[in-house]
This record gives sequence, structure tokens and C-alpha cells, in this order.
Amino acid sequence: MSGDHSPRLPERDRPWMMRTYAGHSTAKASNELYRRNLAKGQTGLSVAFDLPTQTGYDPDDELARGEVGKVGVPISHRGDMEALMDGIPLAEMNTSMTINATAAWLLALYIVAAEQQGAEQTQLQGTTQNDILKEFLARGTYAFGPAPSLRLVADMIAYTVEHVPKWNPINICSYHLQEAGATPVQEIAYAMSNAIAVLDATRERLGDRTDELMGRVFGRISFFVNAGVRFIEEHAKLRAMSVLWEEIGRERYGVTDAKQLRFRYGVQVNSLGLTEAQPENNVQRIVLEALAVTLGRDARARAIQLPAWNEALGLPRPWDQQWSLRIQQVLAYETDILEYPDIFEGSHVMDGLVSELLDGARAEIAIVAEHGGAIEAVPYMKAAMVEAHRERIQRIESGEQVVVGQNRFTETEDSPLTADGDGGILVVDPAVEAQQIESVRRWRAERDQAAVDAALGELARVASLTESGRENLMIPTIAAARAGATTGEWAATLRQVFGTYRAPTGVGEAAQAQAGAQLGELRERVAALGERLGRRPKLLVGKPGLDGHSNGAEQIAVRARDSGMDVVYEGIRLTPAQIAASARQEGVHVIGLSILSGSHRALIPAVIGALHDAGVSAPVVVGGIIPDQDVESLKQAGVAAVYTPKDFDITRIVSDIVGLVESGADGTPANGTASNGTATNGARSEGVPARDAS
Amino acid sequence: MSEAGAALAARLRERELSAAPDALNLLESTTASDREQARALLGALSPAALGSEAAGHVIGVTGPPGAGKSTLLGALLTLWRRNGRTVAILAVDPSSRRSGGSLLGDRARIEFDPRDRGVLIRSSAAGEQLGGLAWPTRAAAQALAVAFDIVVIETVGVGQAETDVAEATDTVLVVVQPASGDVLQFLKAGIMEIPDVLAVTKSDLGAPAMRTKRDLSAALRSLGSSAPVLIVSSLPPASGIEELADALQQHRAGLDVTARRVQARRASALAEYARERGESGIRMLGGRHAVQRLLAAQDPGADVPALVGALERDAQER
Repeated sequence: MSGDHSPRLPERDRPWMMRTYAGHSTAKASNELYRRNLAKGQTGLSVAFDLPTQTGYDPDDELARGEVGKVGVPISHRGDMEALMDGIPLAEMNTSMTINATAAWLLALYIVAAEQQGAEQTQLQGTTQNDILKEFLARGTYAFGPAPSLRLVADMIAYTVEHVPKWNPINICSYHLQEAGATPVQEIAYAMSNAIAVLDATRERLGDRTDELMGRVFGRISFFVNAGVRFIEEHAKLRAMSVLWEEIGRERYGVTDAKQLRFRYGVQVNSLGLTEAQPENNVQRIVLEALAVTLGRDARARAIQLPAWNEALGLPRPWDQQWSLRIQQVLAYETDILEYPDIFEGSHVMDGLVSELLDGARAEIAIVAEHGGAIEAVPYMKAAMVEAHRERIQRIESGEQVVVGQNRFTETEDSPLTADGDGGILVVDPAVEAQQIESVRRWRAERDQAAVDAALGELARVASLTESGRENLMIPTIAAARAGATTGEWAATLRQVFGTYRAPTGVGEAAQAQAGAQLGELRERVAALGERLGRRPKLLVGKPGLDGHSNGAEQIAVRARDSGMDVVYEGIRLTPAQIAASARQEGVHVIGLSILSGSHRALIPAVIGALHDAGVSAPVVVGGIIPDQDVESLKQAGVAAVYTPKDFDITRIVSDIVGLVESGADGTPANGTASNGTATNGARSEGVPARDAS
Repeated sequence: MSEAGAALAARLRERELSAAPDALNLLESTTASDREQARALLGALSPAALGSEAAGHVIGVTGPPGAGKSTLLGALLTLWRRNGRTVAILAVDPSSRRSGGSLLGDRARIEFDPRDRGVLIRSSAAGEQLGGLAWPTRAAAQALAVAFDIVVIETVGVGQAETDVAEATDTVLVVVQPASGDVLQFLKAGIMEIPDVLAVTKSDLGAPAMRTKRDLSAALRSLGSSAPVLIVSSLPPASGIEELADALQQHRAGLDVTARRVQARRASALAEYARERGESGIRMLGGRHAVQRLLAAQDPGADVPALVGALERDAQER
């Protein structure tokens, strides 16, 4: 029964690379965490950076307030990177860095830290996420506009393919597109379109060396994908991507080497579907999603990191992350999954699913191309995803899409998992921010300032070159890292040259919600309220801090519009002063703030203080990942209502918001009149966006 | 609830910019008592009460969606503030009609220092008048021109929008993307009012921008207009912004401001009266020409509510 006809592989496959997306507080604390994770059998590193590092601000910048060390580790200069990698041999490690807008800078710091250990650039292995287009589409941690951002990406690819040949300079991310609501067809099509935009820019960058290098460049492009709980279709999606990728390589870029044409991907499975209600159910969801990316050998992931069961509650603790690592280890070492050739080969169902997805994706790729490519099509793709997400939420609200424990089978016993005083999550010590501010100031005081000034001057010079055949930005970037410049200084130098940028919000084009009975009733109330107030109720929606996950805020804004309100949508990355100025100038009746990064404790009271100083008395509601134990203190600070991921009925949230304005119009004090947390949230009905990963 | 109209007017006359948001709340309101106060506010700020036209330069900025109006405004704003001029921007967004609600996102695209008290940005929905200007916007522009050096009305659209904007402003700037044919066609077909200044954005597009400039200039010449056409880029490295600000300033310097505003107030009063009373109300006064004659007989410094009041008194007497 063995030999040629054996259904088994001659030799069991090697497991995929196992990682945990980790980092918080300080470089030193994160380094200790990495060493413990490696000791537990993790086989690669996945670095989570905090939002100031991701967006190019130092810890003492006004915009960094409340965000330092929250969703990842703060890395301000080469000293921090050296501490982060202390005792970890970089010549042997495989490190994935979730970094995009500032990827060139963090890679430069990594190269310089490796130099300190005596490791050559040619030895370094790992990945910088570096997919800037999806930052405009979904994740929001961009720093520069599309054109200069793409120039940085192309420069990095051109540099690494020659000098750091084992590095994956870019991970095209479909992960975040799914988190932002994309359907499988949209996820495939937009990821492929993004890849085409990057490859086209790089081809132009390579100039007359294109023929020599293009195959190598193509072969270094990897993907970072998502997998949802509909795991059969999700597996088909990966097979479809693999087919399309090879097609694009052959037809568009003339690549012929089979190895270079292979679709290589890492994965973090879905956080969007993880629930705050009965969070223990997320474990089964994560296991099933892991099957989507491991079951069929022909489209199996190269590297996997799994989210933790409690990511919809707050930041996971090391124990929670260990549980997710153990899921991978059971799958790889206990089951027989690695013993067979592709188990879907010859399956009519799987082939049918794949061809259905391919048809849809090719049509969608053609639409993006008609817009002039992925960069020009950002507003189109953004609007399409806001729309898809709106439809998804509506299906959950109506019960058409079942989410166990959230909109069906909601009866539950008390959970022993969240009974502890910490509520079952990691809380970053608020003292960390002050320490980091002090530390970066000391760093600046002690370094050779003249060398830093010269290095940044050279960076500015190269950045302002516009002619083709210009110099590669990686060279002055590495020199600035070596000289001791900081993350904020590097980014500020480039912002000076490239300008600041605000991405399209995508909300303007979103279709109207179907007018159900609930919304119809709400419209009547809003219209009546408008008559009493003398003008339509006006709502300000904004996101303070650096967190770019705007899904929740966008959905609230769109639904409030559909209810008949005037909605001023301010988008992301706002300081408390900006929110207060807008509220005052716009004459709004109520303010909705969304925060997912865990920085609400510092930022919400700051916004309320700024509103008070501006003489604005409109009530404030907050939505986001707000642990139960923080709700009371926010209300004491003056917040009228708090909504968390378990509040998924957006119409009810908007109804509450209208209720606040109604109470105000009646002359009763607005604060404290809303139901809180019992209704709904839009600010975020998804998992862990602020931490979504590489 | 609302601060009395007269008190707000007094503060605006003292150029106290912090009174502006409350004045706008009042002007937008439809309750009877607020409208009474709004009339008091506008009366106290009318040229008749001030003794002259309000000093502020009222600029209309319009153009097709996606032409880069907001980004360009951001660049102009930076320049104006650097020169110490106070600026109010009234951003008018198209509205969603079925529910009556609207999403106002423009202010997010205009960069400014939130601590700067010399800037005001206010968003409003066009309401039922898609493509046109709602009454409160016209009234707000007049009131704010007393306190601010520059008042901008920003709207989306090509065609009817210019006519409305031209009636409410001293200078109309139309913003055009390179190679967008609409504006050219509309100009030639006489569908759109001739702008005072044109700006072609995104000059990094080079040749297409130059071609668009040439085509527009030729069309304007054939229509007998000498309105300047400038190529600007609001993206770094920004260019043409100072020249654009100069062109706007020059247009205003060569303008008979009183004549334009008197005409605008009369047009606005006619529109407002027609909105309230319909065509039958106009027929009652003997038709449009008769109404225009009636308006021409009023004090040139009268504000719009006063003019509407005069028409209504006349209608009652008949």
C-alpha cells in the first residue's frame, strides 16, 4: 500500500515559520518578551511598533501623547533598536517588522544594530511590511503622500535586492483590506493592483537594469494575507491569488523562473470577526481560520501569526499570546496536516470556487486599471470597501449573518477568564510615556549634533531631487541612523520636502442604508428635533491620537447622515486642539470620538479639557476598545456614553446620540442620560485593528 | 438660547472673531425667535448701518469635484495668514437628499493651526438647493465680511453654481484640473458665468496643464473676457500661490464693490421672496421687472431681510 500509490508525502513537510506579533512599553521590556517567546518554540520574530514610531513622531511630539508604547514598542533611534535586539543574533534571526510609512528608517536602524553585532547586510533575513497603499485604503498610518511614499518603497526595493538580498522589502497586504470590510474578490483584486503599482514604480526605478534585476525583484515580493472563518472559501482565495500572481509575473513582467514566480505569503488570521461578547469563542474561530491557510499544501502559508482570543477586549498578555502559539504547534506537530500532498487537488468544488474568485478579481482589477492604477484608484477602492463593510454590518444587525454569542445564542454564564482584576488584558504602565520622553531628550543631548545635522541635510538634499535617475534615499537614511538621528527627525525632514498629506475618507460616496423601520423612526425624530433646534442636529466625528483605524468612525458618520443629521467628519490623527476648534467653529450639537489604540485614558480627558477651554458644551460620546474598568473613569471625566465592540447595532448608537441632543434641547443636562454600552457601537465592531500586524 | 442678534453684531463690528460661530448658528436657524434676531444682526451689519460696504473681500471658489479646491484653499490660507490677514471659509457640501442628512468632509482637507484664532472654517450642506447656495451662506458671507479680511465661499459644481456664487461674492475663482473639458465646454456654450480668475491645478502635469491654460485663455478671449488663467500647484513644491493671491486682490482692486454688492443683495432678495411666496407672489407685484424696479428704488445700503420686508409690505398694500 505504499510506494507510488501512497497518498502520503515521502517525507513530512517542515512546519511554517511561527511568530507572535509582539512589542509594548519599551525596547528593553519587549526584548525580554522576545527572548521568552523564542524559548517557547517560536521560530521567528514579529515586531509590533507603537503608533508614533509607525507614523514618524518622537515620544515628545504633541501628536504622540497617550500613544507611546501602547500598541507596540517605541523605537526612536539606533540605541532603542540595539536594546530591542540585545542578545538576539541578527545574522540568524528572521524578523518581520510591521512598519510602513517609516519602513526605510526602521530597516536602516536594523541594519545599523546588526552592524553593532558584527552581522553583514547580506546575512539579514526578514520582512518590512512597507505596503503604503493599504495605509491609505485601510490602516491609516501613512506619513507622506502617495507619490513620495511609493518612491521610498521603490528605493528600498532597489537597495535591498542588491545589498540585503535575503530581505523581503515589501509584504503586499491584503490582510488589512479584509479587516476594513473587503470581500474576498476585493481583497484579491486590490492586493494584486497594489502589487502592480509597486512593481511598475520599481521597474521605472531600475531603468536600464530592469532586464537584469526584474525577476529577482518579483521573486522578493511577498504577501501578507488574512483568513476569515468561512475557511473553505478563504482557502480558495489563496489558491486564486497564487494563480493570478504567476500570471502577472509571466505576462506583465516577463518573469520565467518558476521559483521567482511562486506566490509566497505570511498570514495573520482575521481579527474583524473576533468578538468582545463571549470572547472565549474566538479560540475556535482562530483555529478554523488557521486551517484556511494550512490545509492545502499548494497554497500553504510560509509564516503564521495568530491573534489572541481577547484582542477585542484590549492588548493581549504574554499568556494569551502563548495560547495562540500553542494552537500553531498543535496544528503542526500533533495533527497529520503536514503529511500529505495537496488534499484539494482534483476537487471540483475547490476548482469551481477558485475560478469564480478569479473571474470576479480579474474584472475588479480591470476597473482599478481603468482608473489609472492603484494609486489613482485609492478613492474608488476606499469607497467600495466602506460600502462592503456597511453591508456586512447591516447583515449582522439584521441577524442574516450569524455571529455566535453576539447576535445569536447570547445567553451566557459569567466567564472565569475575564474575572481577574485586570479584566484579562495587558495594561501598559502610564509612566512609560514620561520615561520615553526623558530618554529621547537625553539621547538628543548626548549625541554628536553636528553629525546629525549634516546627515539630515544630506537626506533633505536627496529627497528634493526630482529628476529621473535620482539617488537612492536608503543611502542617506542609513547614514542618518548611524549618526544618531531620531525617528521624528527623519520623518520631519522628509515631511518638509514632501509635504503633509491627508487621505480620502471614502465616506462621502457610501450608499444610504436601507430604511428599516428602526431607521425610519429615527429619521422622524431627527426631523422633529431639527424643527425644535432651528437647524439640523449637527454631529462632529473624529479620531484623536495616531490610530488610523477609521472603520467604526466612518460607519457611525454614514449612519448618522442617513438618519438626517449633518455630520462633520474630520478623519484621523487629530489633536485635542483641532477637535475643540472644529467643534466650536462648526457649532455642533454633539461630538463622537473613536479610539482603538488604548490611548483613551490620556486623550479623552485632554479632548474634554480642550473643549471646555473653547467654550463648547456639546456632549461627548466615545467608541472603541475601551476595557470595562475604564468606562467609569471616562464618564467621570465628562463622557456621556461609551460604546465598545459588543455594541454592534449602529442605528441604536446613532439613536442614543440623537437622544443626547434631544435631552439638551429640552434643557435637561445631557451628560449621563444615554444608555451606555448597552446599545451599540460603531466605533468598532471588530477585533484588533490598532495592532493588526505583519 | 441664542445670544441677541444686536449684541453679536456689535462684537463683529469690533472685529471680535470669536463671535462668528454663534452668529452663524443664529443665521442658520429657522425658529421664529432666531430669525427675528438674525434680522436684527443683519440690519446692524448692513451698509446702511455701517455707513459703507463691509471691508472684507468675499471670494467664491468653485469648480468640478476633485479639481483640488480644498488643497488649493489650504495653500492660499497659509499664505494669507502669513500676511496677517484673517480668513473665514464657508464650505458648502452637496447634501444627501432622501434623508436630508449630509456628510461634511471638506474641512479635513484644509490644513491650519487649530490654535490660530484668525481662521474660521464652517461646513454646511447645500440642502435642497443642490449646486446652489443656501440663504444662510449668503447672509453669513455678508456678516463675516464685517469682521474678517477675507471670506471664502467654497462650493462644488460647474454651471448653476457660478451664477449663485457670483451673486454672493466680489470675486469668483474657478478651479480646473488639467485636461478636464467640462469647464471649457460650459464656458463656450454660455452655460456658466464667466469667472473672474481661473486656476489650473496640479502643474506637475506639465504639458496638459499648459494646454488647458491655452484653451481656457482662448475661450475667454473669444467671449471678450480678460480674466487671468494661472497654473498653480498646491502640492510641494507649491507654486503659483502668491501669483494667484495677487490676481484675486487685483480683481477686487479694479472692482466697483458697492455696485456689485447692491446688485447681489437685490438678486438675493428676489430669490428669497420667490422662495417664500412663489411665482404667484411675484405676479402679485406685477412680474419680475416690476419687482426689480421696486428693489432699485430702495436704499442701496439696505440688507436682504430689509429688502424682502419692503417687497412684502408692498404686496400687502395691493
